Amino acid sequence: MKDKVGIVIVSHSIDVARGTADMVRQMVGDTVPLAYCGGNPEGGLGTDVAKILKAIDEAWSDKGVAILVDLGGAETNSEMAVELLDAGRQGKVVICNAPIVEGAVMAATEASGGGSLEDVRRTAEELSPQ
Amino acid sequence: MKPDLGRLLEGVAARIIAQAEELTALDSAIGDADHGLNMKRGFEAVLADKANILAKPLPEALKAIGMTLVMKVGGASGPLYGTLFLTLGKELPEDPTLADLARALTAAVEAIKARGKADFDNKTMLDVLGPVARHLGDGTATFASVRALAHQRAEATVPMKAIKGRASFLGERSIGHMDPGARSSELMITTLCDELEACA
Repeated sequence: MKDKVGIVIVSHSIDVARGTADMVRQMVGDTVPLAYCGGNPEGGLGTDVAKILKAIDEAWSDKGVAILVDLGGAETNSEMAVELLDAGRQGKVVICNAPIVEGAVMAATEASGGGSLEDVRRTAEELSPQ
Repeated sequence: MKPDLGRLLEGVAARIIAQAEELTALDSAIGDADHGLNMKRGFEAVLADKANILAKPLPEALKAIGMTLVMKVGGASGPLYGTLFLTLGKELPEDPTLADLARALTAAVEAIKARGKADFDNKTMLDVLGPVARHLGDGTATFASVRALAHQRAEATVPMKAIKGRASFLGERSIGHMDPGARSSELMITTLCDELEACA
C-alpha cells in the first residue's frame, strides 16, 4: 500500500471528511494510504494545522501525498501544514484544486492504479473548471 | 520608557477577546460567523503561553505568537495572522526603530498577500495593514494619525466587493459590510498605538 500515493481529506466538518473517506474506501478498499481530518482545535467547524500534519503523517507514502480540501481555510491551513513539514517531505505533498468528494474518489482511484503524484493531482483537477 | 512587551501583548489580546462578538457578527454578515471566536481562541492560547513568550527576545517572542495563532485559531485567519507575526519576528531586530517597523510590516503585508493569494482592494485585512505600513514609512506618522488611518481603511472596506475568501461567494451582496479581518487588524493597530503612547 505504501507504494501508492497517499490521500488526505481536509474538511471543515469531521462528518464530511469521514463520509468522503468512506466513499473513497468503498472505491479502492485499503489499497491506498488514506487519512482524513476536520474541525477546529475545539471540535467545532473549521480546520486545524496540527490535525492536518497528523493526517499527512498517517497517509505518508514515499510516492507522495495528495490533499483534497473543501473551502478556503482548509486550503490555507493545509498550505501552512505543508510548509511545516521536513524539507524532504515538502516537495512530495500537493494540494489539489478539486471538489473534495469527487476529487478524493478520483484521486484515490488513480493512486490505486499506481499513478504518480502528478497523475493523481491531474486526475482530481480534471474535475475543476479551467 | 521602553515599551513593555507584556503590556502590548496583554492589551492586544484583551481587545481582540473583548471584541470577539463584534468580529463574529461582522463575519456572520458576509462569512462563516467564526472570526471573533477563532481570534479569541488564538489569543487565549497566546495568553496561556505568555510566560514562555515573554522570556524570549522580541523577534523570537513574535515568532512564538505567530506559531500559536497558526496552531490554535482553526480558520484561515490562523495562517494569515500567524504569517503576520512570524514575518515581523523574522524581520525585526531586538530593539526596533520606527523605520524597522515600517520595513518589517511591509514585508509582512507581502507575506500575507502570498499566503492568502490576495491583493489590496479585495476587502481583506490587507486593506488596513498595507496603508498603515506605507504610512509608518512616510515620515509623518503619529499615534493619532496611525489610529485614524487604521479606522478609516477598515471603514473603507464597507463599500468594497469581496474578491477573496467566503465573502466572495456573496458577490455584490458583500458590499455594505465591513470586512471582519480589516476590523481585527484595526483593533490590533489602535491598541498597539494606545499602549505605546501610554509608555512614551
